[in-house]
Amino acid sequence: MSTLLKVEDLVKNFGGLTAVSDVTMQLNDDELVALIGPNGAGKTTLFNLLTGVIVPSSGSITFRGPNGTIPLNGKKAYKIANLGMARTFQNIRLFKELSVLDNVLIAMTAHYKEGFVQSVFRLPKFYRTEAQIRQEAIELLKIFDLQDDVDKLAKNLPYGIQRRLEIVRGLAMKPKVLFLDEPAAGMNPEETADLTRLIRQIQREFHITVLLIEHDMSLVMNLAERIYVLDHGSLLAEGTPAQIQQNPAVIKAYLGEEA
Amino acid sequence: MTTLLQQLINGLSLGSIYALLALGYTMVYGIIKLINFAHGDIYMLGAFWGYYTINFWHFNFIFALVSAMFVCAVAGVVIEYLAYRPLRHAPRITALITAIGVSYFLENIMSYLYGADTRNFPQVIKQVNYTIFGVRISNIQILILATACFLMILLQLIIKKTKMGRAMRAVSVDADAAELVGININRTISFTFALGSSMAGAAGVLIGLYYNSIDPLMGMTPGIKAFVAAVVGGIGSVPGASLGGFLIGLLETAVQSVGLSAYKDAAVYLVLIIILLVLPAGIFGKNVKEKV
Repeated sequence: MSTLLKVEDLVKNFGGLTAVSDVTMQLNDDELVALIGPNGAGKTTLFNLLTGVIVPSSGSITFRGPNGTIPLNGKKAYKIANLGMARTFQNIRLFKELSVLDNVLIAMTAHYKEGFVQSVFRLPKFYRTEAQIRQEAIELLKIFDLQDDVDKLAKNLPYGIQRRLEIVRGLAMKPKVLFLDEPAAGMNPEETADLTRLIRQIQREFHITVLLIEHDMSLVMNLAERIYVLDHGSLLAEGTPAQIQQNPAVIKAYLGEEA
Repeated sequence: MTTLLQQLINGLSLGSIYALLALGYTMVYGIIKLINFAHGDIYMLGAFWGYYTINFWHFNFIFALVSAMFVCAVAGVVIEYLAYRPLRHAPRITALITAIGVSYFLENIMSYLYGADTRNFPQVIKQVNYTIFGVRISNIQILILATACFLMILLQLIIKKTKMGRAMRAVSVDADAAELVGININRTISFTFALGSSMAGAAGVLIGLYYNSIDPLMGMTPGIKAFVAAVVGGIGSVPGASLGGFLIGLLETAVQSVGLSAYKDAAVYLVLIIILLVLPAGIFGKNVKEKV
């Protein structure tokens, strides 16, 4: 198992506030890692740093590409995305006014070439490419039981399905790493159980690394192989679920000082 | 009856020009929420390009039209790059005022370089009038209608069916999320400006042919009327812009035909006021509630 994504001494300051300080972590191939911590610990900020939404104040992020390691610091978000990093959002950010199929096709944009002349003049090659990617998108939607919703607008789907579609959209990017930001937020226990199965299935079938922010501890402890705990912007602990559950510093951060 | 049909044809010809212009307004608004007031001046640039290439390089109509579309597309991309891109994250009013500045700049630089006087657009296609059931229609009107409809269908296909069109729709719904699924936002916005400006360039050449005269300030009034058309159709909506353009064209010719030529502009603005009062989102517009 080798390192896919490496984060070293990552710092992000917003004015006088240090949102992320000296975080060092790594993600390996095919791994399912959870990132936990109290509200305001800097988890989403860390996601934003990793996906290029915001630029780090210092430190480095490197990604193992096909031809050696690639530094991600200061790279544009779309370039990072196209290297193989997909994410979902805490508050769902689908293209709400577009159809389910379009949501998936948009995410596949970088993975096919379509000559402008061909598409405007509707040459046969355009129809072949278009048919092929549509087929690919529908296959993907089928895996997640969304084949009947293909032409619906994303905003008309129930909440749980929207979350699922957001994950499918991420997978359509053919990522190497999938970042899930609170995928179980707002779900009932039954939906959470479904989601747990879904994430396992994704990992098994797509062979990708998953980094997951989650507050639902049953989900985290069930799924994660390793856990990073973030508190006040810095890394508090790292380890297997069993180790984290025993860690006094973690218990203190979550429950406060023992009386 | 004949008069009515006659006015209908005149109105549709004029309306198709407004529709082409309104498309540019609506696409740019859809993607970066900017009312590009310099859009009417791109149309003027298109007309001037047609004038020069036909007069001095002896281009034929098709070649003049296509090259004007290309040149205007480049102009649109350059304007976006130099004037609007640095203001991408500035308040919307800043970009709006910049657009008005760009508009004045283009009008005045053209007056300075080529003089402010009106010139005759070369009649590259000889006008022929046909009379069908007492209704007179010229080959130029047919040409304008056909070209405009062709371009609108093409545009609709680009937006609905191509990769770039899909990217445009994604960026207009949620630009940040689009970037995170791997879409190059800057390239998508440039492409939108290129498309919208090329439509304006085509409209410029067509209007030169139709009205036979061009001047550096010719973009002002049609620009504002096309803006009204986009608002009537529902700004941000592509089919809305086409429909709004035709409606405004028909309205203007209707007002003229009942002998109120002097008030034709006033009628258009009156429609704007009524639409904003009664149906602020326009015909096809979505009623977007501001989040607090």
